[in-house]
Amino acid sequence: MLGAPTRRFRWTPLTVISMALVALWLIIAAFPFLWTLWGSFKVQGDFFSKADWMNALHGVHTIRETGGAFTLDGYHGAWIQEEFWKNVVNTTIVVFFTVVISLTIGTLGGYALARSVHRYAFWILMAALVFRAMPHITLVSGYLLPFFEWNIWGILPTTIIVLVAINQPFTLWMLHSFFLNIPKDMDESAMVDGCTRFQAFRHVIIPVMWPGVITTGLFSFLLAYNDFAVTSMLLSAENETMVPAISSFLGTTQVEGNVMFAVAAVVSATAPLFMLVLFFQRHLVSGLTAGAVKG
Amino acid sequence: MTHRSFFWFILPTLTAMLLFIALPIVSVFIQSLYVGHEQVLVVSKSCDPFGCEEVTSVDTEATEALREAEPLGKFNGIDTYINRSHLAFAEVSAAWRDTENLGEFFRQIYNLRFYKALAFTLAYTIVVTPFVLLLGLAVAVGVNNLPRIFKGPTIFVSLLPMIITPLVGSLILFWMVDADGVIGATLQRIFDDNALSLKASPTLTWIMLIVYGIWHLLPFSFIVFYAGLQTVPTEVMEAAMIDGASKWERMRHVVVPHLMPLVIFVTLILLMDNFRVFEPIVGFSAEAHARSLSWIIFNDLRESGSPLYGSAGATSMMTILGVAVLLTPVLIRTWRDFNRKAH
Repeated sequence: MLGAPTRRFRWTPLTVISMALVALWLIIAAFPFLWTLWGSFKVQGDFFSKADWMNALHGVHTIRETGGAFTLDGYHGAWIQEEFWKNVVNTTIVVFFTVVISLTIGTLGGYALARSVHRYAFWILMAALVFRAMPHITLVSGYLLPFFEWNIWGILPTTIIVLVAINQPFTLWMLHSFFLNIPKDMDESAMVDGCTRFQAFRHVIIPVMWPGVITTGLFSFLLAYNDFAVTSMLLSAENETMVPAISSFLGTTQVEGNVMFAVAAVVSATAPLFMLVLFFQRHLVSGLTAGAVKG
Repeated sequence: MTHRSFFWFILPTLTAMLLFIALPIVSVFIQSLYVGHEQVLVVSKSCDPFGCEEVTSVDTEATEALREAEPLGKFNGIDTYINRSHLAFAEVSAAWRDTENLGEFFRQIYNLRFYKALAFTLAYTIVVTPFVLLLGLAVAVGVNNLPRIFKGPTIFVSLLPMIITPLVGSLILFWMVDADGVIGATLQRIFDDNALSLKASPTLTWIMLIVYGIWHLLPFSFIVFYAGLQTVPTEVMEAAMIDGASKWERMRHVVVPHLMPLVIFVTLILLMDNFRVFEPIVGFSAEAHARSLSWIIFNDLRESGSPLYGSAGATSMMTILGVAVLLTPVLIRTWRDFNRKAH
């Protein structure tokens, strides 16, 4: 029985198959992360061991080369030698401002779209849906030439504004559906009491909108943090964020035989995402389903 | 809401979208009509005791000055769209004339850059989407049958492949299937073939990218379907059980129809996301055998020295057109819904 609150568990062939499927999926989903996390503390000879994959578990070469079964060489190389910390700082700046600005202007717009009954509100939502579908790289090819001309290419503020704009269609849709769930009577009765539209928004809506805003913020965070197309094309080498930095690591480190730097950088970039799921699992799930359940 | 207050509330977000999404589309279109300046050549006579000859050399200064003065390049009309690297009208009609059968014709077409990328992008979209839908539903049903205490941790683990940075996720898998990585080396041992490499064969590269695509997006459909399963009405399920419907029949005739609106929503998102496939090709360094539309635009812009803005623009315009075609059914449906609600 699906969805029933009280239910006795029975072993039938069907449950065995579906449990096996879930178990298989969990292994496929988790193993790559565990393997890479473990391997990032080994030397290249162990993580990429042609002779025997068990080397990665025991760390045969790691013990021979460094004396211990675990080594921080990869992290040292990435963070200090290749100055990955600079990219981390850049990512922090870009992501922080993108999320804050996206939510500020997205909340205003989403609220207006949820409360307007006019036809143009529908058209704006439709345009946003089309914009949401556009591959980001197609937009990037439109930015480059003007940005070079105006001399604003390569700096962080440009990238932040572009990411905010690319974020807007999604943010608008999500916040719009959250605001639809807040009863109209609340702000309308405030307006009957003499508030202006903005005062009603400020004193009645803002205090109750936080669950929706936090959820939307998480997805804005993911979009800005995970972006590669925009950040790799619009940032100069010294302003690079983490993701394009990892991709340029690959070019340089493979030549020098320092793949482990890239492995360590990849694990470092995954850690914040891991924490995000750990603390905000419920919000992420509700966000994924919010748009869907609305239809 | 009055027009006036709507205007002020929507102004910031609308400005951002107009300036950085709508306007760039116009700019891409204009770029696609131009082509970069060729190098300025000067012919000079150089004479030595044995006679004179004409020497052609590049006038770097004049070239720089010209590119500085007209950064867009020179007007080219729609030539970029129909040249060899894009729609290749001349090549396609030549292939049509010269080939005996359709198989041969498609093989020739497939060798053209744009069609090759289009073929991969479509194949990736068409294969990944149904797999993600079906497997996501299967996992959702499986998790729904799990004892309660396992559900939270299962969802936690399942979310990881989806929220991971696409480039990072593909690198993690790439290092595992590398010839020296844990999966790659094991496969070599199993098939006893030291030259076996997932990178070397086009078919294996495609499979690798498709598997990555499924791994990356399965959590999304799983979560949405899992949430949908929580809302299946119990009375209907019980009635079906009393009528003697087996588990499978209940799934087929009650659960799936109940989830249908969600299936449409998930399909839409999957189509949009799969059509822009890009990062895995960079992460897996798969460009030798698999290039998507997004990747060839990226590659044009990366062209060292002089980025091919015209070529990137033309491909971008055609990609946007493809997205519009994909979206048309959805837009029409939403438009009808809206009209029904309005009246």
